[in-house]
Amino acid sequence: MSVLIDNLPLLLRGFWMTLVLSVLGALGAVVLGTLLAALRVSPSAPLRGLGYLYVELLRNTPLTVVFFFMAFGLPQLDLALPNFFLSGLLALVLYTSAFVCEAIRSGINAVPPGQAEAARALGMPFGQVIGQVVLPQAVRTVIPPLGNVWIALVKNSSIASAFAVTELTAVLTRLSNQTAGALVAIGAGVTIGYLIITLPSGYVVSRFERRLAVLR
Amino acid sequence: MTSVLYDVPGPRARARNRMLTAIGAVVVLGLVALALWRLSVNDQLDGDRWSVLFDPRTDVPQAIGNALVRTLRVAVLGMIAATVLGALLAIGRLSDRAWVRRPVTVVVEFFRAVPLLLLILFSFIFLPALGTPISPFAALLLGLVLYNMAVLAEIFRSGILSVDRGQWESAYALGMSKSQVMTTVLLPQAVRRMLPVLIAQLVVLLKDTSLGYIVTYSELLRTSRGLVEFFGNTYSFQFYVAAAIVYIAVNVLISSIARLVERRTRKNRKVKATAPVALPDTPTATGQAV
Amino acid sequence: MRITRYAAALAAAGVVLAGCSSEAGDQAEDSAADASAAVETDVEFEAGTTMAELNEAGTITIGTKFDQPGFGLLNPSQVPEGFDVEIGKLIAAKLGIPEDGVEFVETVSANREAFIQNGQVDLVVATYTINDKRKEVVDFAGPYYSAGQDIMVAAGNPEGIEGPEDLAGKNVCSVEGSTPAENIRTSYPEATLTLFDVYSKCADALANGQVDAVTTDNVILTGLVANGGDAFELVGNPFTEEPYGIGLPKGDTEFRNFINDVLEESYEDGSWADAWDATAGDITGTEAPEPPAVDRY
Repeated sequence: MSVLIDNLPLLLRGFWMTLVLSVLGALGAVVLGTLLAALRVSPSAPLRGLGYLYVELLRNTPLTVVFFFMAFGLPQLDLALPNFFLSGLLALVLYTSAFVCEAIRSGINAVPPGQAEAARALGMPFGQVIGQVVLPQAVRTVIPPLGNVWIALVKNSSIASAFAVTELTAVLTRLSNQTAGALVAIGAGVTIGYLIITLPSGYVVSRFERRLAVLR
Repeated sequence: MTSVLYDVPGPRARARNRMLTAIGAVVVLGLVALALWRLSVNDQLDGDRWSVLFDPRTDVPQAIGNALVRTLRVAVLGMIAATVLGALLAIGRLSDRAWVRRPVTVVVEFFRAVPLLLLILFSFIFLPALGTPISPFAALLLGLVLYNMAVLAEIFRSGILSVDRGQWESAYALGMSKSQVMTTVLLPQAVRRMLPVLIAQLVVLLKDTSLGYIVTYSELLRTSRGLVEFFGNTYSFQFYVAAAIVYIAVNVLISSIARLVERRTRKNRKVKATAPVALPDTPTATGQAV
Repeated sequence: MRITRYAAALAAAGVVLAGCSSEAGDQAEDSAADASAAVETDVEFEAGTTMAELNEAGTITIGTKFDQPGFGLLNPSQVPEGFDVEIGKLIAAKLGIPEDGVEFVETVSANREAFIQNGQVDLVVATYTINDKRKEVVDFAGPYYSAGQDIMVAAGNPEGIEGPEDLAGKNVCSVEGSTPAENIRTSYPEATLTLFDVYSKCADALANGQVDAVTTDNVILTGLVANGGDAFELVGNPFTEEPYGIGLPKGDTEFRNFINDVLEESYEDGSWADAWDATAGDITGTEAPEPPAVDRY
């Protein structure tokens, strides 16, 4: 137990790094994912194909491989990022955006086309059709899977520990090498660090799902 | 075809689409050409770097093949175990008895909330401390099973709940007990409907085997890293591209099988009484993205 | 009934895959490493000692590294090669254990003590530095090699790093939780540490110019330099003492004495030098150094 108190600054730094990676990763993934979803539903076939290719490529590749290419593959394309935190962040963003894209696409497809047809028949411009009719209905379907993608992102951030980012799992490695006997305490501390983020998120998602079921 | 976003394109929209198509194609091809050019400038497209992958005298193709077998081993065994345990947990979670339901819920929620990397690592470090030595294979398998049984428990639960009310109402009306209803009426229909999702979850499991590096299990990614250590850093890029291609090929194959099964299941009249389940295309099916 | 058919197919696949692995393992044992020949001797040991047990059993489990070129590295046929591996084989031969009875298991820095304490391995020969903290939980035979922490830089040494003091303000790469990283953190805090999980990633980073230097034991660095084409060079200024020992269970004094005897013998009869020439010496092109005196404490 004293191990945790002695190393509290290090544990807090690791927790903060996990949080930063997750939040920035989520923001980046939502932006890129929306863009990808737009590509996948666009009327132009090559753009649709590009979106499809991107999603299939990233969903079938392990995240550890994506991390490797961001950290050591990009310099081969002369696109080296200034530090390994950014390459780790980019890996998480690129990977998670594929899943965000699919979630958003399923949300858009879940809205009955009749809704948009009726809106267009009433003479609404494109912006209003999307903003007033499609998106509000799509959002309801999209939120629960996005919540699960967020939880998965928080857990996936642990892979950054193998790529020069000192987040919670790296702190676990460092402390367990330094203090052989207190492995259980350190393991518990790090696990609690993750649970602090994932358990409440899971609770919020399931509450939202229940509200969704009632509304339907 | 109309979609929710736009009507059938008229002449002006078609012209605009053709322009978009042309611009899109040019941009994409340009980016690909740029990437290939930079790679060749950095000597990454040299033939002698890639030849090591295909030359059987260096043992590299055999190493990659054997590593793939080891990866599939842990993935398939993990899938089988996780499916069985996941079904049991799902039934437990739907139990009427609180003393069954509450602990099962805690177990499921816990294993879904902890990063898989930590589960694998803890299986490797803590079990020997408790007296049972564990091999890297067993530790990876245990971590994967613990995590995926929780995920599959949720999938099975939604599958069981998606069975039409009429099914279990009539079962109860016939005087069946709860366990009879569950095992003879609900579970078979749910599993049939869940089959494509289960196969898709195998893709997730396969990707997750790449976390075996932390317990030194020689699955595909770790073996690739080992080949880099043996042959030197000049080959890093090549070995990882090879590993990526193998992963993508195997996963695409498994996903296609899942889609095939889904299409055949939809036509099967035995699943008429179940609600359609979101295909692995969407995260709603697996509920998580790793 | 389709369900049962699918389930049966899955189960069959599982059984087949479970069987596949042993095949691959047999292949690996057949294509044994081509290093120096093992000496098979017919020896008797005092009853009750570890040596007698191992000799009876005809097998020994040795923990070694699988990712250190020159000392303990797994080749593509999944057979470990290196100086540590050869030392392990030497000891096994002196125990009268045939070469196919020697099983090498991967031990990483974090689990070496645990594996010895749990009995998962009989010995650990894995670039294992002897220090007092570790002596509290395990015993050491040897040392059988004297290494030291050193620094590896890009060929030509563009940053002009001659020693650890020059690392101030520079980006140094090592492995998370390792002793070399700890040394830098405590003794040279002005250096910025970049920490991966394996040293070969540090080499990747150095090759790309993403870090300025890599620091760990000089033998590990020499292996990375040899494997890296012409991209790296060693500063060659070791600034710590890292005596490599053979880890074994605490309190087993007879076994420790036996291994120390074996080591001293190998110094005399040249088998230690031969082992070096066939492995680490081969990839680095260096002559076998003077072996260190064993420490019988």
